[in-house]
Amino acid sequence: MSRQSLTKAHAKISELTWEPTFATPATRFGTDYTFEKAPKKDPLKQIMRSYFPMEEEKDNRVYGAMDGAIRGNMFRQVQQRWLEWQKLFLSIIPFPEISAARAMPMAIDAVPNPEIHNGLAVQMIDEVRHSTIQMNLKKLYMNNYIDPAGFDMTEKAFANNYAGTIGRQFGEGFITGDAITAANVYLTVVAETAFTNTLFVAMPDEAAANGDYLLPTVFHSVQSDESRHISNGYSILLMALADERNRPLLERDLRYAWWNNHCVVDAAIGTFIEYGTKDRRKDRESYAEMWRRWIYDDYYRSYLLPLEKYGLTIPHDLVEEAWNRIVNKGYVHEVARFFATGWPVNYWRIDAMTDTDFEWFEEKYPGWYSKYGRWWEAYNRLAYPGRNKPIAFEDVGYTYPHRCWTCMVPALIHEDMVTEKVDDQWRTYCSETCYWTDAVAFRPEYEGRPTPNMGRLTGFREWETLHHDKDLADIISDLGYVRDDGRTLIPQPHLDLDDPKKMWTLDDVRGIQFQSPNVLLNQMSDAEREAHLAEYRRNGTHAVT
Amino acid sequence: MADISDQKERSFPRIEFTDSEAGALTFPSSKSRAYNYYKPAKLRATMYEDVTVDVQPDPERHLSQGWIYGFADGPGGYPKEWTKAQSSNWHAFLDPNEEWEQSIYRNNSAVVHQVELCLRNAKRARVYDSWSPSWLKFIERNVGAWMHAENGLALHVFTAVQRSGPTNMINTAVAVNAAHKMRFAQDLALFNLDLSEAERPFDGQAHREVWQSAPEWQPTREVVEQLTAVGDWCELLFATNIVFEQLVGSLFRTELVMQVAARNGDYITPTIVGTGEHDYDRDLGYTRALYRMLAQDETFGAANKELFGSWLETWVPRCLGAARALQPIWSQPAEKPVTFATSLANATSKFASLLEDLGLDIPKELDQ
Repeated sequence: MSRQSLTKAHAKISELTWEPTFATPATRFGTDYTFEKAPKKDPLKQIMRSYFPMEEEKDNRVYGAMDGAIRGNMFRQVQQRWLEWQKLFLSIIPFPEISAARAMPMAIDAVPNPEIHNGLAVQMIDEVRHSTIQMNLKKLYMNNYIDPAGFDMTEKAFANNYAGTIGRQFGEGFITGDAITAANVYLTVVAETAFTNTLFVAMPDEAAANGDYLLPTVFHSVQSDESRHISNGYSILLMALADERNRPLLERDLRYAWWNNHCVVDAAIGTFIEYGTKDRRKDRESYAEMWRRWIYDDYYRSYLLPLEKYGLTIPHDLVEEAWNRIVNKGYVHEVARFFATGWPVNYWRIDAMTDTDFEWFEEKYPGWYSKYGRWWEAYNRLAYPGRNKPIAFEDVGYTYPHRCWTCMVPALIHEDMVTEKVDDQWRTYCSETCYWTDAVAFRPEYEGRPTPNMGRLTGFREWETLHHDKDLADIISDLGYVRDDGRTLIPQPHLDLDDPKKMWTLDDVRGIQFQSPNVLLNQMSDAEREAHLAEYRRNGTHAVT
Repeated sequence: MADISDQKERSFPRIEFTDSEAGALTFPSSKSRAYNYYKPAKLRATMYEDVTVDVQPDPERHLSQGWIYGFADGPGGYPKEWTKAQSSNWHAFLDPNEEWEQSIYRNNSAVVHQVELCLRNAKRARVYDSWSPSWLKFIERNVGAWMHAENGLALHVFTAVQRSGPTNMINTAVAVNAAHKMRFAQDLALFNLDLSEAERPFDGQAHREVWQSAPEWQPTREVVEQLTAVGDWCELLFATNIVFEQLVGSLFRTELVMQVAARNGDYITPTIVGTGEHDYDRDLGYTRALYRMLAQDETFGAANKELFGSWLETWVPRCLGAARALQPIWSQPAEKPVTFATSLANATSKFASLLEDLGLDIPKELDQ
């Protein structure tokens, strides 16, 4: 279609909407934002006539690549260290994608601009595409990778796992509460515009370096749809900015959305990239370097900063603190160690770090070894059953962390942990901002104004409390993380599949009592609690000596 | 000749043969090559099931910590209370069309190519030159008005419903329905644009006035707007795909346009409108499966039938009113091979047989 025809077609399609006079469309999802003064422009009108063939062509390329990968036996050269983490990642990501599809009607309800409704509806179909294309990639891994255990139960495991739940809060944040907070600021303005860069651009690099060129094929195809979504988000953001009353809400939501995305996405993708790779070339970028390029420069400096000219206060402090956590506070390294500590309740295997890895980490993050090296050596030493328990239950100088009530990633930077009695329960938070999110942002009133549409943090937010005081073997059985012989665990703290004696079974973990740090915290007297918290903040993550 | 002496050493990750392909070793679960968290409907899971089932978990399907975020006034996610209909197992519904990524794009692309080819050929053969002024007027006004209905249903009915249904299988089927409607509405609009540029007496803007003010179309617009105002997602889907589409949509598309166009020398319009009919046929397929499941539910079937009966009481008179108001347009084409009475009788008869198929009572209004 020529550009001239395209312009005419856009104009024609915009004639399809009309102002109703007989009935008002139902408002199913409320917002505290107001749009009466908003300019009504659609920067990206959609023509289905060009959209469907374009997506079909993209699909054909993806499926052609899949076919080629199988015929060429890509799996002879795939690093298991990498593909094991895909059991977690690919169980999580289809849910945020399909949640994004379901979020679109919320935005359509909330934004009185027929011009933009088309774009949102097309995004809905895109998101269905992303969810199913990712489920299919996982199926292909399950069919062709040496160890299908974990891939074969991913949707169940995603829904009952301590790590899956972190990803789930990400997706549920798109579909509940204030329609603009959820479907526009959290989903589109922050998650899609900022963090898909590391998810769908930086991560594929690492996949390719580990012999997996299917993940890049699928995720670059996904990322090529994101520009449409970013455009949808930006249009609504500009509409919101046109009304002064929205500014406090926008500033609230940018703080919540930025910080929550950082906590969750950087934890997950940082770990996959840094601890899932076997590529230790010194000139390869670290996650911090990728983050600097894709999020700090591309998003913060070129997208977020220019919004200041509209008078919007943007969360510079939180952007800098996210960077500080990644570079100076070891955020990704703490997350990786937490996942490895929790290996018995995973549904994937985690490879130990070797001297080559140590050298690379020390090069990229000076001081890494003194903080984490000894722990990983202990992880390696305790990798096999028989003479020891899983590392979480041995004294290696590591304290099982408190869970953050808000982002659900534990309070891994111990000195930053906030503890408060909120709604009659002692809760722990990884940071001041996560505390603020629960105690201030997600409330029916904000800075003295009613915010009746704002969502609520609900549910059994701490996975550990569900399993408090149970036998570890029973927990693993109940979760279903057992292989088809009925006794060998799906998770293992190593990649050795060739020696049955090295594989942990239910018998090896029976008799170990699992405890929830939060239940214990709530059982303490005031004095005990103060002492415990002081010790936790002072010395929670010291290296084993 | 290029100087290659100063080229830097290039940095590549080393390829390593890891022997990580399926079957390289035998160990517990080494042959577990199927998703095991759900039971497929048949012996082997279909691609559709593998990429759709359980992607949207809920507290009844694996979700151990419950909803993590909620609305201010209630639980999060996909509360069952968003409809009065009840089911013993909403997850039992599977889309008989098995819509997933590739099927969505393949099917819709095929339609796009078909429509584009048809319109290109029409231009090349100058077929519009031979259309009578009365037929052009018919297209200008009535096909023009109809595209508004399709677009409104796409954006404010089906798109809305796909947020609210309680399972991924229901919501994905409805999302595809929305995509069909959007594409079809736009195809009609672009056809309108072609006719505007064909140097024939055709007013490409007339459709707006007709949809907004022409008396014969106002009851239809009223029902479409009433549909967009329904909060209960299951009622909305029922009222649209079971009642409105049968009594108004199919009446207009199948029983009028598809019957009269060729007699008026037009083979283009039926090609385009036929794609809408084909879409509806698929969309009715999943809709029928859903409401049959609800009507036959062992625990809630009787209550659901009663509920559907009440929805019929609301929507059948409205839709019949809209259908009857359209009667004058049957006399607008020069060639009139069908009468309104025949068309309406055909539509109501198909509607009655659909209701019979769902086990529902036939509303008394259909006998009048």
